[in-house]
Amino acid sequence: MSPKTLYDKIWDAHLVNEAEDGTCLLYIDRHLVHEVTSPQAFEGLRMAGRKVRAPDKTIAVPDHNVPTTAGRENPENMTEDSRIQVAALDKNAKEFGIHYYPVSDVRQGIVHIIGPEQGWTQPGMTIVCGDSHTATHGAFGALAHGIGTSEVEHVLATQTLIQKKSKNMKVEITGRLRPGVTAKDITLSVIGETGTAGGTGYVIEYCGEAIRDLSMEGRMTVCNMAIEGGARAGLIAPDEKTFDYVKGRAHAPKGAAWEAALAYWKTLYTDEGAVFDKVVTIRGEDIAPVVTWGTSPEDVLPITDVVPAPEDFDGGKVEAARRSLDYMGLTPGMPLSEIEIDTVFIGSCTNGRIEDLRAAAEILKGKHVKDGLRAMVVPGSGLVRAQAEEEGLADIFREAGFEWRMAGCSMCLAMNPDQLAEGERCASTSNRNFEGRQGYKGRTHLVSPAMAAAAAITGHLTDVREMM
Amino acid sequence: MDKFTTLTGIAAPMPLVNVDTDMIIPKQFLKTIKRSGLGVNLFDEMRYDRDGNENPEFVLNQPQYRDAEILVGGENFGCGSSREHAPWAIKDFGIACVIAPSFADIFFNNCFKNGILPIALPQEQVDILMKDAKKGANARMTVDLEAQTITTSDGEVIGFEVDPFKKHCLLNGLDDIGLTMEHAAKIDAFEANLRSQRPWA
Repeated sequence: MSPKTLYDKIWDAHLVNEAEDGTCLLYIDRHLVHEVTSPQAFEGLRMAGRKVRAPDKTIAVPDHNVPTTAGRENPENMTEDSRIQVAALDKNAKEFGIHYYPVSDVRQGIVHIIGPEQGWTQPGMTIVCGDSHTATHGAFGALAHGIGTSEVEHVLATQTLIQKKSKNMKVEITGRLRPGVTAKDITLSVIGETGTAGGTGYVIEYCGEAIRDLSMEGRMTVCNMAIEGGARAGLIAPDEKTFDYVKGRAHAPKGAAWEAALAYWKTLYTDEGAVFDKVVTIRGEDIAPVVTWGTSPEDVLPITDVVPAPEDFDGGKVEAARRSLDYMGLTPGMPLSEIEIDTVFIGSCTNGRIEDLRAAAEILKGKHVKDGLRAMVVPGSGLVRAQAEEEGLADIFREAGFEWRMAGCSMCLAMNPDQLAEGERCASTSNRNFEGRQGYKGRTHLVSPAMAAAAAITGHLTDVREMM
Repeated sequence: MDKFTTLTGIAAPMPLVNVDTDMIIPKQFLKTIKRSGLGVNLFDEMRYDRDGNENPEFVLNQPQYRDAEILVGGENFGCGSSREHAPWAIKDFGIACVIAPSFADIFFNNCFKNGILPIALPQEQVDILMKDAKKGANARMTVDLEAQTITTSDGEVIGFEVDPFKKHCLLNGLDDIGLTMEHAAKIDAFEANLRSQRPWA
């Protein structure tokens, strides 16, 4: 048997049918559903008189469009369009008999945070969701990616997805990270290196000592942004850390099933001699705390650098950089650490887990946010929120002047009222700095949680290493 | 799903790289529970000012491109979120073909599910089509899916690649779910095997 990559193994284990032209039918182990990209899919089922084929493998939660303020269990405290969308998910979950975590449930949260938290996410699975950041679950050695609403309907009806196999790409981060450098800096630096289309057509396997050294939370941060590099999915081979994380969770296998699962999971690695179509290697020691300066996640530079000029680029990127700088209101040559901000957002499926909150709180302890600056923490789930309260992190945030919110996607995509006003500039732990992403004409700088905390204190983008 | 066979129409030039799905359809329009009616908000934040007035410089507001049925764009078109609202908005506006040097994966797939043909071509060929599109309303180009060709207003013919299965579905307006249901016995067999091999899943 020829050596296989981890991706090859998971793919082969889920192949239902392969047509002569290579079009495949892939079995889906877990289907995560949220309120924004699913109503039309359920409506389609209803119109065609179809059922959900595997309701026990389908998990729904409202997250994108829910308020993050207290009292939100009362639908009257939602805007009308949010209320309609959340009510549609309530109704669909009930009617089709799928697992559901309503807004009132402490286990509610961002779909990509609660999947792992509840043990739905396990190594070797195929996992899809109508959301591009589904790649997050790849941290467990699962093949996980975003799909459109038509595909959501297809998976609901058939528990399969029509797919063509992607190519294999390896991203190796060798050696150790320096102090102050986090998983977020790794994933942004990779995109800075490969560009936002560098992974198009590939599934990435992240490996190397610096990846192995990361916690599960950190690995989720890395895989989460595989999509920002254009890849269909990002994967990390499971190891003892993975198994420890999964063990004992609500929907993880138990008893004899656990032993059988574990034996299988231990076969999930890339074989010696397996071939990758593309390889990128970065030295962990070369990664610095980074920030984005433009309106694409590939616009990444170390915090010690300066705002670039359009002439620094080639081809279509020259015009794109000019447009970005104009939108961001930045002048070439200006030190990145002098960019003043008026908002800080800590949260999202990229950085809304407990470890992220600990990292930010560590910097904020005993300090206060700059006068006039608006700062908010939106925990990734109700359980992350509860744990942070128990650990005293919530008090640190509140005393530092942060708003302490309920769980949801919030200002990462600003569908709910958590938005930037025109011209406002935000240091954000989220994943996209697109024009208008966090609010009309809002300006986003992507950073790690520790860097966001540092910026909150000083009021400008700041090298967190100066505070350690 | 609408069929796509041949299309002769006005092509709008949009020479921007990394056109993302937030640009195509901003999030405030994702609150709908329907698929229809999004065309009026296509490229909303580029197309209108805050008061809803048209930005006269934006390509689709220019008189010669208001009825565009083809869009010629830059690299990595459709990057960002998985929102199918992006192709829904494009289709609802009246555009049924997008041509660019490269596309983001999810957007590319979503187009085919909605009767839109996305065509990836080398940059030099996109440059030729971009130039043709810039001629305005009198320069119509023709896209023929069966023949896999694009004919410029000058009669220059450019061939393109398309996945045979996706082509078949688009030409015939086929519903994926119906096609997959034909493999129901294989899905049943897979699930039976799964229950014995990986019962925890």
